[in-house]
Amino acid sequence: MTRRSLLVTAGTCAVLSVVVLIVLLAMQRKAVQPALPTAAAAAPSPVSAAPAPQGRKIKAQLFYVSDDGMRLVGVERDVPYAETAVDQAREILNAQVAPAAAPLVSAVPAGTVVRALFLTDGGQAYVDLSRDVVTAHPGGSLNEMLTIYTIVHALTFNLPAVTAVQLLVDGKEVDTLVGHVDLRRPLSKNVRLAID
Amino acid sequence: MFSRATLVALSAVLVVGGAIQLMGQNAAASLLVLSRDGRRALPLTVSGSQEMVGLDDLATMFQLTFREDRDALTVSYKGRNVVLTPDQSMASVAGRLITLPAPPTRIANRWMVPVDFISRALLPIYDQRLELRRPSRLLIVGDLRVPRVTIRQEQIGTGARVTVESTPRANTTVSQDTTQRLSVKFEADVIDVALPAGQSPGLIQGYRVLDNTTIAIELGPRYGSFRALTQVADANARTVIDVLSNQTDTAPPPPTTTQVEPPPSELPSIVSAPPAFRTLVIDAGHGGDDLGAKGAAGTTEKDVTLAVARRLKGAIEARLGLRVLMTRDDDRTVPASDRTAMANNSKADMFISLHANASFRDSVAGATVFVAAFDADQLSADKVTTERLPAVGGGMRDIELVPWNLAQIRHKDQSEAFATFIVDALRDHVPLAPRAIDHAPLRVLESANMPAVLVEVGYLSNPAQEKQIAGNDFQTTLVQGVVDAIVRYRDAIAPAEGAAR
Repeated sequence: MTRRSLLVTAGTCAVLSVVVLIVLLAMQRKAVQPALPTAAAAAPSPVSAAPAPQGRKIKAQLFYVSDDGMRLVGVERDVPYAETAVDQAREILNAQVAPAAAPLVSAVPAGTVVRALFLTDGGQAYVDLSRDVVTAHPGGSLNEMLTIYTIVHALTFNLPAVTAVQLLVDGKEVDTLVGHVDLRRPLSKNVRLAID
Repeated sequence: MFSRATLVALSAVLVVGGAIQLMGQNAAASLLVLSRDGRRALPLTVSGSQEMVGLDDLATMFQLTFREDRDALTVSYKGRNVVLTPDQSMASVAGRLITLPAPPTRIANRWMVPVDFISRALLPIYDQRLELRRPSRLLIVGDLRVPRVTIRQEQIGTGARVTVESTPRANTTVSQDTTQRLSVKFEADVIDVALPAGQSPGLIQGYRVLDNTTIAIELGPRYGSFRALTQVADANARTVIDVLSNQTDTAPPPPTTTQVEPPPSELPSIVSAPPAFRTLVIDAGHGGDDLGAKGAAGTTEKDVTLAVARRLKGAIEARLGLRVLMTRDDDRTVPASDRTAMANNSKADMFISLHANASFRDSVAGATVFVAAFDADQLSADKVTTERLPAVGGGMRDIELVPWNLAQIRHKDQSEAFATFIVDALRDHVPLAPRAIDHAPLRVLESANMPAVLVEVGYLSNPAQEKQIAGNDFQTTLVQGVVDAIVRYRDAIAPAEGAAR
């Protein structure tokens, strides 16, 4: 008898918790979606560099590997204009991670997308990249630095409001991208790696 | 992290050796509960073959509410419930069923539950970590660091080897307090230790617990010297302490390769190292699943770094007689934090990380020696602060506080000097990159508490260099250059640094 009542109680609890969970998940999805616009939602990767419907553009400097392979070179490109700093940052990064047309060489591995982007009042940007930035990376500390500072420079050179950038991979903080540069904190501009 | 009051409370109350002894006297009668608030005993009662604990005692200790209805016992914590039924071994924990090794039982008008109730029923509804260690009769509440420490002693020639292991790993410092005592100090809140009974007549008289986190090895008249080596794995840390006799009639057999100092007869003409420069840690970059960079012909960075590291270790040991430790000596994954931790724990005087580079442009070639780079705000954050903290055993002590993750800041000038020596030694022998000395915020260097450099031996992305780097001649020449730089550094810098330490 007691065992039966216990089992009935447990069964009821289980059914109730499933219902509550479903309701909670639905509520959470509703709450989170507008707060976390992903890159896919904001602008579908490479195509984002193409003219936006309203057609308004800004000039932005995007960064590519120099001929000697040792630095990043700034190249001026048209990028869709956005009303807010965070949307503008996203437009710039989407253009930056899009495949580069020859002869430009991008230090960001092909397939990498910007999953999310946040700006803080303190001038720090948090850029969440897809895991491709690690899995498709050719390795080497020089390449790793060029990859990281491509993103850091794309934001810090174009947006005065951004002074430092921290990279996340698949939504998580990482120690390093491929084993060398410390990514546990935001990185500021590295002027030595950049030439105009 | 600790409030002063908590520290005082812990210092005053928690003496684990004493605790173990206390528990030894009354083995079945209680569990020792350790928390930030101090130490308390949780009484146990044996019923049948089960150790039982009173629900009333648990309720008092963990701020639970306990309600007895007609056919159910309900234990609640912050709105979450455990429902028990008398004479049933099943319980509902926040809606999920669990089993207990015995049903709740009424003994002397109190409801008693098996000790496993704590880990199976209480833990899921509680908001702090609860760790029940039955063998050592401990219940740890919250985020206290309480490593299990085991000590093993064995005879090695006329000396003795004491192996101390901690799980989860705790950094360990071995020092000689007096002529009669070595102390082994653990970075922990309290240690969970069972002391060995072993002795080594005239050399090790016994072991005892000095305070919460320190064990003493009592030395006898035969004691001559000691050396200690710490190896850190993912979960545990092992410190091997060789206690050497002052009677050297029988030389102890060589322990492990990493800690042998070549006998004097094998030392070359170079003068033996001054005391300030004894230990080097060589870090072969990448390893295991992490291949690092890869050349077109298939050469992987992880293989190159290991091959060069082994050669470098051999050369340093043979030419300089220094102690050389390697962060890995085979093909396995080692987290960056473990690499630096090994150097810090073994009190190394130099850290050399070996890597091979890759470029998006295959024309790039040449070696680069990296020194850690820090932002201006990190440099200003490195103001070493001093804080007065209560010392174990009473009184206060000034403790120097340095951000651990920026330990390299204090050594950056020496690192820079060493990097210069390496580049000087390699020039004209090995191709150098256009910027042969470079600075970057490299993870493996930043927390190294000793001069540290990262050597990129060349570019695997350059086909000609890939072939060269994998070859014997290149590796020998490179290693030769690094050893020359170590000699120069040691002679130029180390004595001064040793005096300053």
